[in-house]
Amino acid sequence: MSQNQRPAASSAPAAAPTMHRSPMGMMGQPARKAKNFRPTLKRLLTWFNPFKARLIIVFALAILSTAFTIFSPKLVGQAIDLITQTLMLRLQGQSAEFDNQAIAQVLLWLLAFYLLSSLFMLGTQWIMAAVSQRTVQGMRDAVGGKLRRLPLSYYDSHSHGDILSRVTNDLDTISTTLQQSATQAITSVVQLLGFIIMMLTISPALTLVVLATLPLYAVATIFIAKKSQAHFAAQQKHLGQLSGHVEEMFSGQVVVKAFGHEGNSIEKFRGINEEFSQAYRRANFISGIIFPAMNFISNLGYVLIAVVGGLWINSGRLTVGSIVAFIQYSRSFTQPILQTANIANVLQSTVACAERVFEILDEKEEQDPVLTRFTPEAQRPEQARGAVTLNNISFRYKPDQPLIENLSLTVQPRHVVAIVGPTGAGKTTLVNLLMRFYELDGGDISIDGKPLQTLSRAQLRSHFGMVLQDTWLFGGTIYENIAFGRPAANREEVIAAATAAHADHFIRTLPEGYDTVLNEDVTNLSQGQKQLLTIARAILADPDILILDEATSNVDTRTEMQIQQAMKKLMSNRTSFVIAHRLSTIRDAEKILVMNEGKIVEQGTHAELMEKKGFYHELFLAQFSELETAT
Amino acid sequence: MLKIIKFLRPWRWHIAVLLLLVFIQVLADLFLPTLMADIIDQGVMRGDTPFILRTGGFMLLITLFSIVCAVASSSLSSTVASGYGQNLRSAVFDKISQFSLHEFDQFGASTLITRATNDITQVQMVTIMIARMLLMAPMMAVGGIVMAYSRDPELTWVLAVSVPALVVLVVAIASKAIPLFSSIQLKIDHLNATLRETLSGVRVIRAFNRVDHEQQRFHHANTDLAETYIAVNRLMAYMMPGLMLIMNLTTLAVLWFGFQRIEAGTLQLGSLIAFTQYAMQILFAFMMMSMMFNMLPRAQAAAARIHEVLQLTLSIVDPAAPQTSTEPAVVEFQSVNFRYPGAEALALKDLSFRAEPGKVTAIIGSTGSGKSTLMRMIPRFYDVESGRILVGGVDVRDYAQHALRQRLGYVPQQATLFSGTVRSNLLIANPEASAEQLTQAMSTAQALSFVTGLEGGTDHELQQGGRTLSGGQKQRLSIARALVRPAEVYLFDDSFSALDFKTDARLRAALKQEVRDATIIIVAQRIGTVMDADQILVMEEGVIVGRGTHSQLLEHCETYQEIVASQLRAEDAA
Repeated sequence: MSQNQRPAASSAPAAAPTMHRSPMGMMGQPARKAKNFRPTLKRLLTWFNPFKARLIIVFALAILSTAFTIFSPKLVGQAIDLITQTLMLRLQGQSAEFDNQAIAQVLLWLLAFYLLSSLFMLGTQWIMAAVSQRTVQGMRDAVGGKLRRLPLSYYDSHSHGDILSRVTNDLDTISTTLQQSATQAITSVVQLLGFIIMMLTISPALTLVVLATLPLYAVATIFIAKKSQAHFAAQQKHLGQLSGHVEEMFSGQVVVKAFGHEGNSIEKFRGINEEFSQAYRRANFISGIIFPAMNFISNLGYVLIAVVGGLWINSGRLTVGSIVAFIQYSRSFTQPILQTANIANVLQSTVACAERVFEILDEKEEQDPVLTRFTPEAQRPEQARGAVTLNNISFRYKPDQPLIENLSLTVQPRHVVAIVGPTGAGKTTLVNLLMRFYELDGGDISIDGKPLQTLSRAQLRSHFGMVLQDTWLFGGTIYENIAFGRPAANREEVIAAATAAHADHFIRTLPEGYDTVLNEDVTNLSQGQKQLLTIARAILADPDILILDEATSNVDTRTEMQIQQAMKKLMSNRTSFVIAHRLSTIRDAEKILVMNEGKIVEQGTHAELMEKKGFYHELFLAQFSELETAT
Repeated sequence: MLKIIKFLRPWRWHIAVLLLLVFIQVLADLFLPTLMADIIDQGVMRGDTPFILRTGGFMLLITLFSIVCAVASSSLSSTVASGYGQNLRSAVFDKISQFSLHEFDQFGASTLITRATNDITQVQMVTIMIARMLLMAPMMAVGGIVMAYSRDPELTWVLAVSVPALVVLVVAIASKAIPLFSSIQLKIDHLNATLRETLSGVRVIRAFNRVDHEQQRFHHANTDLAETYIAVNRLMAYMMPGLMLIMNLTTLAVLWFGFQRIEAGTLQLGSLIAFTQYAMQILFAFMMMSMMFNMLPRAQAAAARIHEVLQLTLSIVDPAAPQTSTEPAVVEFQSVNFRYPGAEALALKDLSFRAEPGKVTAIIGSTGSGKSTLMRMIPRFYDVESGRILVGGVDVRDYAQHALRQRLGYVPQQATLFSGTVRSNLLIANPEASAEQLTQAMSTAQALSFVTGLEGGTDHELQQGGRTLSGGQKQRLSIARALVRPAEVYLFDDSFSALDFKTDARLRAALKQEVRDATIIIVAQRIGTVMDADQILVMEEGVIVGRGTHSQLLEHCETYQEIVASQLRAEDAA
């Protein structure tokens, strides 16, 4: 059980700003692989269902825009041919006039094509901006909604850093892909096909020359990617070591300083830094060659076409215009090839990210009994009194490790029940079961005669208030933090609750009083003050049943004694379950349950249990034997 | 960004060569269309086949030369970027290693970790992108214009219209988009913070039935982020079509006006074709520049965070002429005042006391009464606001920090262990310690029995931070570590809290035997831990409200009586 589990420290790149993919900088970097590529991809696609119509428009626009770009070089070629024809005639000594009108006409067509192409391109991007972001927003909200329906066991068994990273980084990757790569994939394919077709119409033989360079691209990419992957892996490994060392040294700086360990620490850092930088250099050197290599191959094609084309024009097999158009096509050919090669990579990692998000969405949810919608304020049962019965309950976190077996207990309304026992005895587990954070494996619990299973969680929890060892406060004002217990409360009630919790005085000494904003780590309050705020919160909520789980173990005994009054006020007039490791705090309880290894080994009042000289007596003496000589 | 550029100094020759290589690549790329034009004008039009072949061969050579330059420049740029990153990283790490706790408090450890790792990687990546793309782009643009001019000065006026138009477009979009990109970063942080709170407070949120409310908050943050993203993406949507359109119109204009000049006989066809290709190259240069956009704000922010660390003036530095002391290590506070930066109230108020060698001084008081702060002043983790702290008769500010701390054995409140073996952890305090010394220290710290039980004993490999050990075990190792150092003053900052009462008593008894001549200062919460001390200081709100032995304090000091009572109440009842 990790109640005060903190989000994994920043060694995990959890909250780190996500990197937008650079157009071609980091090519050759190994993509994260999805476990089930096909089903996950299919599932990812279903998220576009609401945007089907818009997507069809986007794709149509993308195809049209590309088509226009595909045709325009051909038109340029035509214009040039019109010029060349006349020039050739002139060269041959004939007097020939330029066909101004024809040329103007071609250029006007060209103008129209250019305009439409840009316009359609703008359209696709504009629509995609909304489609991609709305899709990701929907997924993120779905995860948010899912998180509220997941049982606590999920939170207890997963690192918060990991959950955070799925909700932000992974979804961010998906959104970047949708925005940048989805339309690009379409355009690239259309371009690729279009260029090949256009080249074929100009000259099948020259097209073969261009296509002959294709295997070169493939070989170069595969060769370079293979080489660089090993270096990228090494780079990643050393980066991990680097972050690990930095994190360890910075979070342990007190020890580093106290023992003059800075020198060793710096020396070690230098070593890792050196290795990392070497790997970084190698990886980036190789990946940096990809682009020039592609350019080189493209230039090879260019030269070949220029020469072959030049020769063929001479022999009359081609026109100048068509060679100009052809060169344009063959030069533009590189880009879609690079992009499709890259998209395969991008798709891999995107689907891997989607898979991680879907994993959350597929977690098993808490089951609530089917009930009509419930509003806590309105339907609050008037006659609630707070009698609690545990009937023969059993529970285990792991199927093969029995924890609580056949436990029974009856608690009268307004009684204080204390639960004591060594660490791991199952005290907090009992609370988890009462609040239905976890489900029973056997037996049942009822409140005022009503079995928990017949109540919705919201109904059930409206009976309870909680103060935990982990004084959770959120980044808002003090007022908001207290009112968290009952949002409908007015200002007087909030202040009354704070006064009852002995918190009013210190709150008023703060610069902004009740409107003081707590900073992220709440360093502007002492531990005792934070605890008082959580008590005020519980007082305001005014529950029938109160749970205090090690509520004062973070404060020293004297402060504890000072807030004891606030606690008493809080416990009066309601049923209370108090878990405490300091036995001094619970001696007034109507009933003390002594737990060990998941069982209640003794129960009774403080006096009865001391009389009995059993386990409780032993625990008690262990804590106080030291002090016998003190007085 | 510019502020941390000085770390590039060692590579200035590399960069010069890199610039040259990039320039050559650009020239080579620009030369090809010219040669192509020659092929058309002189080869094709005149039917000169050998000329075509000769020029083709020349083009091939240039292409080869260009790739050689490209490989060399990739090598140079990755060398520069990795070396730059390496130096910057070392500088940041060195600097942070000199930080006092004051600076650590000011920043917080987690952002310092980010600054020393992710932020630098970010800057490094942008450096590589700049070396590969941003350097090339302006050369290509300028080169393209020059070449175009050399082909036909008359036609160049077309570029004189379209290039400024391109610049205006890019600048207009950038000036709006860059702030938006920065605000996206803030919104992502906000979403993260909201979610992190929801995760850490899940029990409380559910207990108070506030799940829906939290989800609303998340939904708002989510929507806000999505809206901003849409806004910035829609803005960026104009970039490519805009660039394309301007350049395409340029081609059109070149064709039309070029045609008229051909008609007049003042321009050759090949030149016209070359000219259009230069126009395309200029477009490409601008596209490359526009691709850097969304990376720059992030790198800028990262660079600013790095710079903030590097330029920080350290609050605690060694004196120019450090003193040493050979006197016995008496620790003395003389009217010490101290406050945390920015705090209104003093954390320590007019504090004076003397801790003698061979004696135990204990400090007790409520949480937040200033006990730990007091302890942290002795190794000079913080500096006093006024007053003096003397160790062996010399002000701690007159020591070299290293020499001062050499005399101290400090056990922090939180038992921090590092990854490595039990042995390597102990040796941090004293690298020269012998095996016997280690065993002795562990025995005194009551750690020997459980360490012997670990697999491999002192060579047992600890998980990071000793995660598999219990709190008490970690505390005992942390104490043993301090004892490995032959110190003259031992400082125990609430270091017995996770020990059970019996171990606590045994440890203190062994300690008294072992370090008989040292000055011992113990901070504790439990009466049992402090009651045997030679001198007990009772603290409240940064002030010493009582001092004396246990029995003296029981008589005179109200706060002390309250503390005792709070721990004895149940005892009375029994």
